[in-house]
Amino acid sequence: MSTNIDKNTPAKDMTIGGNIYEAGNAVEFKTGDWRSIKPKYISEKCTQCGLCFPVCPDDAIPVGKDGKRTDFNYDYCKGCGVCAKVCPFKAIEMVNEE
Amino acid sequence: MPYNLKEVIANKPSRFTSGHRMCAGCGAPPVARMILRALKPEDHAVIANATGCMEVSTFMYPYTSWTDSYIHTAFENAASTLSGVEAAYKSMKKQGKLPDDKHTKFIAFGGDGGTYDIGIQALSGAMERGHDMVYVCYDNGAYMNTGIQRSSATPKFADTTTSPAGSVIPGKMQSRKDLTEIMEAHHLPYVAQSIAFANFKDLYEKAEKAIYTEGPCFLNVLAPCPRGWGYPTDMLMQINKLAVDTCYWPLYEIIDGKYVINYKPAKKLPVEEFLRPQKRFKHMFKPGNEWMIEEFQKEVDKRWDDLLKLEEMTNK
Repeated sequence: MSTNIDKNTPAKDMTIGGNIYEAGNAVEFKTGDWRSIKPKYISEKCTQCGLCFPVCPDDAIPVGKDGKRTDFNYDYCKGCGVCAKVCPFKAIEMVNEE
Repeated sequence: MPYNLKEVIANKPSRFTSGHRMCAGCGAPPVARMILRALKPEDHAVIANATGCMEVSTFMYPYTSWTDSYIHTAFENAASTLSGVEAAYKSMKKQGKLPDDKHTKFIAFGGDGGTYDIGIQALSGAMERGHDMVYVCYDNGAYMNTGIQRSSATPKFADTTTSPAGSVIPGKMQSRKDLTEIMEAHHLPYVAQSIAFANFKDLYEKAEKAIYTEGPCFLNVLAPCPRGWGYPTDMLMQINKLAVDTCYWPLYEIIDGKYVINYKPAKKLPVEEFLRPQKRFKHMFKPGNEWMIEEFQKEVDKRWDDLLKLEEMTNK
């Protein structure tokens, strides 16, 4: 199914009933450009305590199979700052978006 | 197996993806994601969603944030839609049209508008008919999607666009409906109230119990809304903690009629602490309005005391 559907797309190119056949295809829609401030990950201060991963509304903190987090996925981060506020080790700092 | 957050997140991929259009700092996506993580990875789910923020921003044609089957329903009928799906599934299973070794679970999500108000009839019906499903209400305390109109989940004195605090009225004039108790009055096998809190153990375990208890189960989860409540977006988890530490939102579960309070704060904070960071309660802190805080506190204390009594009574 094409996800390039906008107001000019003819109705015949749309799916019947507005059905979506691809599970979880919202990942194609990047929400990172909503951001005005962004979190900066300071890995040296991070103790992998795990408080930040579940709180991210946008699932923008990748966690590996080893249960350890890596740097932010800025494609989706909306810059809400919830992660920085829950970090007890100041390993996430909110900075202005360049 | 005891709950281990890292194992859960590492081994159970998110079933609620990035790329949804909920606001920055919204309290609902972490809740939905953690509830879905409580599903066994091999199980499939059918999700019905009542109209609300979550519905319109996670399933915006042609995108979906859900990796399970999802039904867009109207405001009032998430529970009845899902109960129909569940009944059809049971029938097809009986007829041997579906494989025996594969299982599907049924989860409905609704906001407080779609659950406390508009959807309560459908919800009550579905619960009474005993469908094997879970209804999750993510309660953000007003119709946030349409611009912060008061609902029956809105706490007393809250300033909303249809209960504006000013010289005529002191914000919303009525107390909040206690939906968890209403659901308990249906004598369901499992009813619980939760919140995204600390390492999400409470929410995960309750979701797991609700999903894997046979019969109709209900979860009520507080999901703060930075826009509607008027607090800085980054304060989500602090607001949640204050909600439980002031006993405004007690964490408890009712298993076959037995109450268990899962979290009793070592020091119960005055409710002011929860109210102060929120702009919707700002007028309560103006000189001359102390009575509002007192009244609010009384209501919280009364409900907490009632809950303690219920726990004692049902565990005799």
